[in-house]
Amino acid sequence: MSSHHPTTSEHSSYYVPEKSIWPIVASVGLFVTVLGAANTIQQHTGIVASNTGHYGTWLLATGLAILLFMIVGWFKDTIHESLTGMNSAQLGISYRMGMAWFIFSEVMFFAAFFGVLFYTRLLAIPWLSGAGHTAMTHEILWPNFQAMWPLVKTPDGRELEAMGPWPLPLINTLILLTSGIFLTIAHHAIKLGQRNKVLVNLGICVLLGFSFICVQAYEYHHAYTEMGLTLHAGIYGSVFFMLTGFHGLHVTIGAILLTVMWFRTAKNHFTPDNHFAFEAAAWYWHFVDVVWIFLFFVVYWL
Amino acid sequence: MRRGVPSTAVPRFFSPYLASSTHANHASSWATPALLKKAFSFTGSRLFLSGVILFAVFFSSSNVLFSSIASAQSYDMPQGVTEISQQEFALHRMMFWCCVAIGIGVFSVMFYSILKHRKSQGHKAAQFHESTTVEIIWTAVPFLILIAMAIPATKTLIQMKDSSEAALTIKVTGSQWKWQYSYLEYKANNTIDLDYLSVLSTPREQFETPLRAAGLFPLGVASYTGERKSAPKNSDYLLEVDKPVVIPTGKKVRFLITSNDVIHAWWVADFGIKQDAIPGFINETWTKVPVGKEGIYRGKCAELCGKDHGYMPIVVKAVSESEFDQWLADSQAAQKKAKADAANSVDAVMSKDELMTLGEKEYLAKCSACHQANGQGLPPTFPALKGSLIASKPEGLATHINHVRNGINMMPAFKDILSPKVMAAIITYERNAWGNDTDQLVQPKDVVKDAQ
Amino acid sequence: MSDHHPTGFSRWLFTTNHKDIGSMYLIFSFAMFLTGGFMAMVIRAELMYPGLQLIDPNFFNQMTTTHGLIMVFGAVMPAFVGLANWMIPMMIGAPDMALPRMNNWSFWILPFAFAILIGSIVVAAFGGGSAPNFGWTFYAPLSTKYGPPSTDFFIFSVHLMGISSIMGAINVIVTIFNMRAPGMTFMRMPLFVWTWLITAFLLIAVMPVLAGAVTMMLMDRHFGTSFFDAAGGGDPVLFQHVFWFFGHPEVYIMILPSFGIISAILPTFARKPLFGYPSMVYATASIAFLSFVVWAHHMFTVGLPLAGNLFFMYMTMLIAVPTGVKVFNWVATMWQGSMTFEVPMLFSIAFVVLFTIGGLSGLMLAITPADQQYQDSYFVVAHFHYVLVSGAIFGIMAGVYYWLPKWTGVMFNETLAKAHFWCSLVMVNLLFFPMHFVGLAGMQRRIPDYPLQFADLNFWISIGGFGFGLSQLLLLAVVWQACIQRKGKKATAQVWESAEGLEWTLPSPAPYHSFSTPPFIKAATH
Ligand code: HEA
Ligand code: HEA
Ligand code: CUA
Ligand SMILES: [Cu+2]
Repeated sequence: MSSHHPTTSEHSSYYVPEKSIWPIVASVGLFVTVLGAANTIQQHTGIVASNTGHYGTWLLATGLAILLFMIVGWFKDTIHESLTGMNSAQLGISYRMGMAWFIFSEVMFFAAFFGVLFYTRLLAIPWLSGAGHTAMTHEILWPNFQAMWPLVKTPDGRELEAMGPWPLPLINTLILLTSGIFLTIAHHAIKLGQRNKVLVNLGICVLLGFSFICVQAYEYHHAYTEMGLTLHAGIYGSVFFMLTGFHGLHVTIGAILLTVMWFRTAKNHFTPDNHFAFEAAAWYWHFVDVVWIFLFFVVYWL
Repeated sequence: MRRGVPSTAVPRFFSPYLASSTHANHASSWATPALLKKAFSFTGSRLFLSGVILFAVFFSSSNVLFSSIASAQSYDMPQGVTEISQQEFALHRMMFWCCVAIGIGVFSVMFYSILKHRKSQGHKAAQFHESTTVEIIWTAVPFLILIAMAIPATKTLIQMKDSSEAALTIKVTGSQWKWQYSYLEYKANNTIDLDYLSVLSTPREQFETPLRAAGLFPLGVASYTGERKSAPKNSDYLLEVDKPVVIPTGKKVRFLITSNDVIHAWWVADFGIKQDAIPGFINETWTKVPVGKEGIYRGKCAELCGKDHGYMPIVVKAVSESEFDQWLADSQAAQKKAKADAANSVDAVMSKDELMTLGEKEYLAKCSACHQANGQGLPPTFPALKGSLIASKPEGLATHINHVRNGINMMPAFKDILSPKVMAAIITYERNAWGNDTDQLVQPKDVVKDAQ
Repeated sequence: MSDHHPTGFSRWLFTTNHKDIGSMYLIFSFAMFLTGGFMAMVIRAELMYPGLQLIDPNFFNQMTTTHGLIMVFGAVMPAFVGLANWMIPMMIGAPDMALPRMNNWSFWILPFAFAILIGSIVVAAFGGGSAPNFGWTFYAPLSTKYGPPSTDFFIFSVHLMGISSIMGAINVIVTIFNMRAPGMTFMRMPLFVWTWLITAFLLIAVMPVLAGAVTMMLMDRHFGTSFFDAAGGGDPVLFQHVFWFFGHPEVYIMILPSFGIISAILPTFARKPLFGYPSMVYATASIAFLSFVVWAHHMFTVGLPLAGNLFFMYMTMLIAVPTGVKVFNWVATMWQGSMTFEVPMLFSIAFVVLFTIGGLSGLMLAITPADQQYQDSYFVVAHFHYVLVSGAIFGIMAGVYYWLPKWTGVMFNETLAKAHFWCSLVMVNLLFFPMHFVGLAGMQRRIPDYPLQFADLNFWISIGGFGFGLSQLLLLAVVWQACIQRKGKKATAQVWESAEGLEWTLPSPAPYHSFSTPPFIKAATH
């Protein structure tokens, strides 16, 4: 990246969009969404007694609607620009770099939760059971607590079952890995301009993506109803649902992105050398894949 | 002033606030007013030069000021009485002078340059802009300085962490906004039963006088807490408690520090101890006050722990070993008796007057920090009791009792902290004060178990 | 591209122009500086005398909390982004930022995010509920189980700020990587561009971690998780690890761009090239790298194991080395120069001195055993205001004065600006220097009331505080005259006698679109 030196001609054609209403719409949308979200949460969990009223759900819905409107409108504009050839190669690089750094920020987001997992597993739980310099913590505060991972009995005595790597998570691993393979095939195909091959492979990839989500939904249901593995089940449940939940959310977003790409392919939006959106969605999907591999080893297996 | 008490031995300059004005020394009229005058009086063309001079004056004066007041031990880190605190102090001094030296070095080169290498002096700019040699030098030299600083710091740190072989073990539990001291083990005897709370004893009227309660522009009557009072302040204002923690001198004392609610920090500067109290974990620290340094040592909670974080002082009373043995025996006996009395008094039937008098006293001490002396609380975090559904309606009684016993939201459970008699009195008071007129009397026996 | 100027309010709402967006960031930041400053004034009024003077303790805590948050996220960070927006495209010869629409989005999120935060404090000021009251570090469980209802809104507001900073940072990085004019190699970039590049990297790396921290808070508050609760196997201290993993790089985020500004200004007024350009770049990178492995120096009293304390002490001390390199290079730049002392230079010199003082007290804090006495005392407050106010903020002010004529096309009122400088300089020291002493003598942070022994100095600190606050009105006046009234003599393109760099090749005021055709850079311009 760093060695790229744009030439003068590339520069003069750099597209600086004139004015756009979308950023402000997006900001208003986010604002309404988060106000709504905070209200909804307070309204429905009732943990915080407050007089914030009962407009939360409505606000949240309105906010999300604005955001949806914005996403559609904004992408429409950029798609239009792309199709009418306003984008220079240099802008393409900007978009790609932007996407790459965005994914890096997502990596750091997940890194925080992985960090939490390692911290509790390697430090906090042993300390609660008196390892190292914390003998008194164990003796006085939690005399009956035993360190273990997965933590199936919390210091205050809640019990639960841990989620093993077999069979559902392994199946999901295979689903995601296969979907990645199909996506790569589609990616090659797009570079060769083989539209139908793209459609078939991308289609399979998307279907696999959605089946992943279904399997995960089933897994959650099982955890909640039969294993006592819930958000309330202590740190193991917390970490488990936080990591797999955010991952699942990302899979959902990725699958939706890829679905959009499927329709755009069908509409002939992409050419062998102009398909940034597809590439971005593909990167995103691979990133989600990689996170899952880590999850599979660290959360389910080890 | 008491013996061995550097932290309280500081001159108190602000005599108007003292209950008994001490007309303490007025070293406090330090350089600033003169400086201010200077700062505002100059104008004109020599602005810059005067600025440099001003700056130099400021720094030299503050350095002089620093060393003079520092040696008077008032505005410097206290040297303290334990080996650890003195090592910390030595490290602090070492670091301080190193930093002053580095600062003087860097700034004098800079100000020399500012004075000499200026265009108005006709100085022509050189054009050099690189020298690997000097870059290496000013990377390596600071590095070596840092190593020299790190060595003694490491030694002290290792020593601080060694809390083994203590003669006395005290568990210190922070909770909003008091300290609880439980004596666990003394000279290998771990059947000690002594456990008490220690709360701020500065009377509330000495500080509870904000112009505006509940915000900056409070609206409505509910947020107005009354006229400004200005009681004179004790000399140990905010540094005094009802019951200090007592330790023997000449013995290693181990503190097991934890919390019941949020994070607090147990800080006694004269011992060089600051240890966070983490709910659900126990941190260990220790001290050993040398024989001959008996006295009162004062500290405070050092981690933001909510509203009354500033009103959570620590007082440690260090006494000789024999005095301590005596105190420990007496206190245990007294606690035993108090417990027995409390058990007996469960069946006592108290009159309304008795309940209300005791209730008011205990309410002010235990409850008013949150619910306020006038019962109006600080909503929404600390709800009002005055006119509330629970405290002013007869049918709220059972809920009232259960909340006091078991706590709710941020309110702690009091059933193991207060005796039934005190709980009964407080509840009675709350139900019959500030216009609450349920006229219900609650007796000790009503609060020994949860109400239905 | 024509140089036409859109007008009306839609210009500001829908703009994609880096200068418009830069201006909005700067205005927003100044508004937040005044807001946060107002809170500081309330704090100082309360602390002027012992006893509860003005407000109750809970409201005091809300003031401290929102003061810290607004200054950090509302004043300093947006000011830097504003300067980046204005200057980076001009400095590297680009027509605009790489992703102009996203640029506008990053900005417009901010007013909404702060509307939420400030909304809760305004409501609280009128007696309704409680704004966040757990310090800008919002440690659990004070902010989880014990936090007021507004905490949830605060959490989402932090999310918004995070989204905004991440997008802003992505934009900066992509612009620098992809939009440099031909010949503008990395080692020819002005240091402001370099320091911002590294800052942007830090932002992208740590803002998501902050988002993770507040998300876990939300989960613990409402969904029964036990991240920060030992009863379920979690740990309150874990919160601090996550927070400071963000928080320490954050403090360098707040200083690195100022380093860049100072490195631009000193050579101009010393009429001499910056000394040791490559070592400045490497030093900045080393500081950024080290900033990821020092976080627990904020946690020396939480009861870390010995090895942890030692590791973090050593790493923290190590940061003094690259920072020292920077300071020495600045002094060497001035050495043998031909200096004049215009306002940007004055602020820069004050920066070097006062930042160094703050840095040195930071080094004292790094000594773990001594930190047992410093931690959570006013000594720490003194430290970080020296590096933040007379560091970051002075750096920003230096930059504003340096580039203001370029933005407005007129020379600002120098007499007024000098008065602003001198008043600020005197007052900032009166305000923050004595804090070292009250801290050493044992005054804790975040208290509305204190023992009598601290009364004297606190009085003077408050006087300094009011004085420093009032001095900022002079800045407002200077900026008003230059930007709104356009009073002052016309500025040349170069503005300062020996300013060098691409931005000075453009006319003053800089045209609406910077380099429609990129310049070709043959030699280093720093
Ligand atoms: C701009 C922001 C900024 C900057 C740049 C720094 C810089 C540094 N900080 Fe500071 N710090 C804060 C903002 C900042 N800090 C804030 C906001 C807090 C409080 C947070 C809170 O709790 O609310 C804090 C708190 C804080 C603590 C925790 C204190 C406590 O709570 O107990 C520590 C401890 O180690 C520390 C250390 C340092 C060090 C070593 C540096 C170093 O980077 C400084 C390096 C610079 C120099 C050393 C001077 C120049 C060097 C030379 C002239 C070379 C020669 C020198 C030698 C060889 C010694 N800081
Ligand atoms: C860049 C960040 C930044 C900046 C610029 C400042 C600026 C100031 N800070 Fe800040 N401060 C922090 C970051 C910052 N602070 C942080 C992070 C904390 C920790 C919070 C915590 O503990 O959680 C803190 C905490 C803090 C405390 C400790 C509070 C406590 O522990 O309870 C104090 C106390 O004096 C203080 C004072 C001031 C003052 C007087 C200024 C002044 O420089 C402000 C000057 C500016 C103005 C005053 C505004 C402009 C002028 C006007 C609007 C005109 C009107 C003026 C008058 C009426 C006089 N700050
Ligand atoms: Cu307890 Cu602060
Ligand atoms: Cu730090």
